Amino acid sequence: MNEDLAAIFQEELSELVESLERALLDLKSQPQDMGLINQVFRDLHTIKGSGAMFGYTTLAGFIHDFETAFDKVRNGTQSITPELIRLCLAARDLIPSLLEDEPDPQDQRGQILRALRAETSGAPGAQPAPSAKPEGALLSFHLKGKALALGARPDLVLEELKTLGATEIEADISALPPLADMDPDMCYMSWKMVMPAGVAEQDLDDVFVFVDADWRLHSATAPTAPTQSEIAGPPDTASEARPSAIPLPDTDTKSESGTRNSTPKKDAANSGDGMATVRVPAARLDTLMDTVGELVTVEARLADMARSSGDPALVSTAELIAQLATQLRDATIVMRMVPLRSIIGRFRRLILSLSESLGKPVDFVVVGEETELDKTMIEKLADPLVHILRNSIDHGMETAQERGKTSKPATGRIELSAIHAGGEVLIRVRDDGRGMSPERIRAKAVERGLIAPDAQLTDSQIFSLIFEPGFSTADVVTELSGRGVGMDVVRRTIETLRGTIDVDSRLGTGTTVTMRLPLTLAIIDGLMIKVGEETYTLPLSSVKEIIELPKEKAIASETDDFLDIRGKFVPFLRLRNLLDCTAPDPDSQNVVIVESGDGCVGLVVDRIIGTSQTVIKQMSKLHSRARLISGATILSDGSVALIIDVSHLVSAANPHSKLTRELAA
Amino acid sequence: MSKTILTVDDSPSIRNVVRMTLQEAGYTVIEGFDGQDGLEKATTNHVDAIIVDQNMPRLNGIGMIKALREHPNGQGVPIVVLSTESEDNLKQQARDAGALGWMVKPFTQDKLLAVIRKVVGA
Repeated sequence: MNEDLAAIFQEELSELVESLERALLDLKSQPQDMGLINQVFRDLHTIKGSGAMFGYTTLAGFIHDFETAFDKVRNGTQSITPELIRLCLAARDLIPSLLEDEPDPQDQRGQILRALRAETSGAPGAQPAPSAKPEGALLSFHLKGKALALGARPDLVLEELKTLGATEIEADISALPPLADMDPDMCYMSWKMVMPAGVAEQDLDDVFVFVDADWRLHSATAPTAPTQSEIAGPPDTASEARPSAIPLPDTDTKSESGTRNSTPKKDAANSGDGMATVRVPAARLDTLMDTVGELVTVEARLADMARSSGDPALVSTAELIAQLATQLRDATIVMRMVPLRSIIGRFRRLILSLSESLGKPVDFVVVGEETELDKTMIEKLADPLVHILRNSIDHGMETAQERGKTSKPATGRIELSAIHAGGEVLIRVRDDGRGMSPERIRAKAVERGLIAPDAQLTDSQIFSLIFEPGFSTADVVTELSGRGVGMDVVRRTIETLRGTIDVDSRLGTGTTVTMRLPLTLAIIDGLMIKVGEETYTLPLSSVKEIIELPKEKAIASETDDFLDIRGKFVPFLRLRNLLDCTAPDPDSQNVVIVESGDGCVGLVVDRIIGTSQTVIKQMSKLHSRARLISGATILSDGSVALIIDVSHLVSAANPHSKLTRELAA
Repeated sequence: MSKTILTVDDSPSIRNVVRMTLQEAGYTVIEGFDGQDGLEKATTNHVDAIIVDQNMPRLNGIGMIKALREHPNGQGVPIVVLSTESEDNLKQQARDAGALGWMVKPFTQDKLLAVIRKVVGA
């Protein structure tokens, strides 16, 4: 054979082997890449063909078997596994020895070829660690045609599949077209999930009987390459073919498919426990919250600009940023949360010492001390809680002697509980003491001039009088409480936290004080309104309804500023007057009915603009006495809007409130 | 609020079975006496699902479904066709007309409830 030709082949071969090796290594991280798979196949094919031409029959024979095994990958019946890559690389390493036609006494070549064949034929043992795969069968489905127009309900299908044991449900929204192109009758989503092994096709038929759906069930261990690696692929399966899967929040779904999650988790565990938590100075969290607040403001401005530009690409980018900003906001809020436990220690001490000094044995029970609140709120809550607990044990609890005369256990019980309810936290202090007497509170309130002697009040209205400034019912003023400064301060504090406080009591049975607090102080949903030229914001959570101001009420009146809302009289305040607005009256005005602890009041505004995420900026010290205003916010156009202090206005409009008299004076 | 189901059948006995079964399970039931009446009830009431017989005077089930799907108030509501026959061509006709599915007579009360729960939820 011509030496030159042999040298050319050798050179070509080393290039091919290099290319083969590179493609195999790339495949390890991009197992879905058909370009790479074809590259491997082409390289093998050329090596085989050229090798045979130049008389390297051993090499050609080996590569032929190699190629045959790899062909299963090319035609999609076998997926790339790390083990397969390892075998292919081992086979590639044999090529020089094959070229020299060296003897192979240990049958290395045969072993590798057999392993390759086994790996690519799905034979048992050749699969990678089965624990890395979800057990059971994979089910995928999508709704056909205009399924939604027919009333098909994919949510009910998912519910039913859950009852059959579906887990790891993933929604695929990659087929979702831009909003403008969307046909509301079509369901563009498809779903994937893991069903328990052995789920009957008959049962699935039954699930889909009222839904025009294409559904497929494939065994998780069958060599169905694309689906399998999409769901159970290693975390670095970053092929562009992977659909953007989002977990369904309302179904029993893990945040991500199990396998994709497990690897990073393991890494975190391996890298030491020290990384599980990070201690951050509180000031940095405050800075982060401020920055997120700014981001939310700017994001709203961007959304405005995108909307008015009408450019769909800009709109969808703005929507994406809005989503991310919301996620970032929520994540930041959560970061600032600390468990109530952090302030409970001092309560235990307080109750122990009070119980001893007053001779009132008390069990202090805490429920939900893991409940988390914004750290600023926790700090501000400590004093009100101390006050309420003190009242409970000082006024509420009977002495052991007194309790002995009733059927109650000798040891009293004070329970502090905290739970999350919707977007709020409910904190409750409940004692099994003597309870409050509506008659005594009423008499005291009349004596103090808080209510008229003939006022018609319900028990709950009477109980809420204890929050009025200057109210005290303790017959003997003790050292600890009963000076009548306290519950009004407690209420003011809770209201500055944008919370509400209620008290309920039964004579002889006990008293319960309930506080409702928002999860965060920094960002609220706001309702933007216009009065004159100015924009103001109301906390949306306090808004009950919005109605039009009846024409006959348009002119201010001393006696007639009440609205009949479904048989209930609601006083209303004209913000134009309160805010000294001199602009001419608009043709029609709206009334926003707001509610706080004291009841409802209508606020007459010129115009409703809409809702927005409101980042609260505190007023400076100079403005701290501005009673109508609780803060300020920056609007999406960059201008400033003041936030109306709803709880203040409600109590101002409340006929038996002291503030009303102050304002009138 | 309880869900409202419209049952359209010219046979009072079938309507009664459907009504009693569904009312017992907490649904509100409206009755239509034939296809024409059913069409009027479906377009003038809020209904969450419709169960309609195929063989009826004046307007048959498929005719009613077709007319309803052309009506602005008739979109998106799930419709289940009742039929004594179970041939595929009727099923296909019903689907094409805009039905979500069908149920073969005779049916048990449990079967009816299962179908309704599948279609509108509990």
